Amino acid sequence: MSAHGALLVAGGTVLLAIALVLVRALLGPTVYDRILAVNALGTKTVILVAILSFTSGRPEFLDVALLYTLINFVVTIAILKYKEIGRLG
Amino acid sequence: MVKAVSEFLLLDVILLFLLVVTSVSVFLLRNLFAATMVLSLYSLLMSVVWLNLDAADVALTEAAVGAGIATVLLIGALVVVGAEERRHPRLHRPALVLVGLTTAALVYGTFDMPRFGDPLAPAQTHVAPEYISQTVEKLHASEPAARGGDYGQHGDDYFHGHVPNLVTSVIVNYRAYDTLFEVAVIFTAGVSLILLVGRRKSERRGAA
Repeated sequence: MSAHGALLVAGGTVLLAIALVLVRALLGPTVYDRILAVNALGTKTVILVAILSFTSGRPEFLDVALLYTLINFVVTIAILKYKEIGRLG
Repeated sequence: MVKAVSEFLLLDVILLFLLVVTSVSVFLLRNLFAATMVLSLYSLLMSVVWLNLDAADVALTEAAVGAGIATVLLIGALVVVGAEERRHPRLHRPALVLVGLTTAALVYGTFDMPRFGDPLAPAQTHVAPEYISQTVEKLHASEPAARGGDYGQHGDDYFHGHVPNLVTSVIVNYRAYDTLFEVAVIFTAGVSLILLVGRRKSERRGAA
């Protein structure tokens, strides 16, 4: 299998994973299901961006993936803080 | 090459389908915390769409503002109003009519727009050629007159021809318009915000 084909298969798999995580975020009975879904989907977005950047031949898009990682972290911290102490400050 | 295009198109179709699912479910979810989470997911997916469209700067903004700041701000709002939506079964008919009319007017306005990619659209026949002629053809003329260029002949467009990239040239040369309308948008948003939430306590009786 060519490198390009491998990237395609990987991209399709990540998209499938995104769909599954989305289902969990929508159905998720508890709050923690949704928090975990947001965090996992952030990670999958990072992978998708990385795959996309290599498929389209522009590895410099990896910078965007790095930013997503940081934002994902900040958002998760904010959500968890809200859940634990009921406010952000 | 055609194959490569179709892959990205396929990715776009899948992502847009997921976007429709998320945005509809934001409306349907009654738990505001869950709606905030799904809205954050929406922004992440949307930023991948932007990246797929080669708009890396828009993707960065969407991720930073949409998924990052907006989510944290919405959680800050949840701290104030609580995570459960209060039921408002009453339908505000004048508002519904107003929104419907505005939507109809906007949709009617799109009928006048040229087809996507139409080579005869005014933007292609008037604006774009001017930009291209300002940038590309004067690149050789951008040398100062002392070094043999005829740069001095273009008194009214001092900056033109200095930037080899067409898009950069347009963005830099017409920055003032961009900033002007950005300021107008931010001013409108600020005034609306003051009108909505900036009222004194005595006037706020009865507001939800």
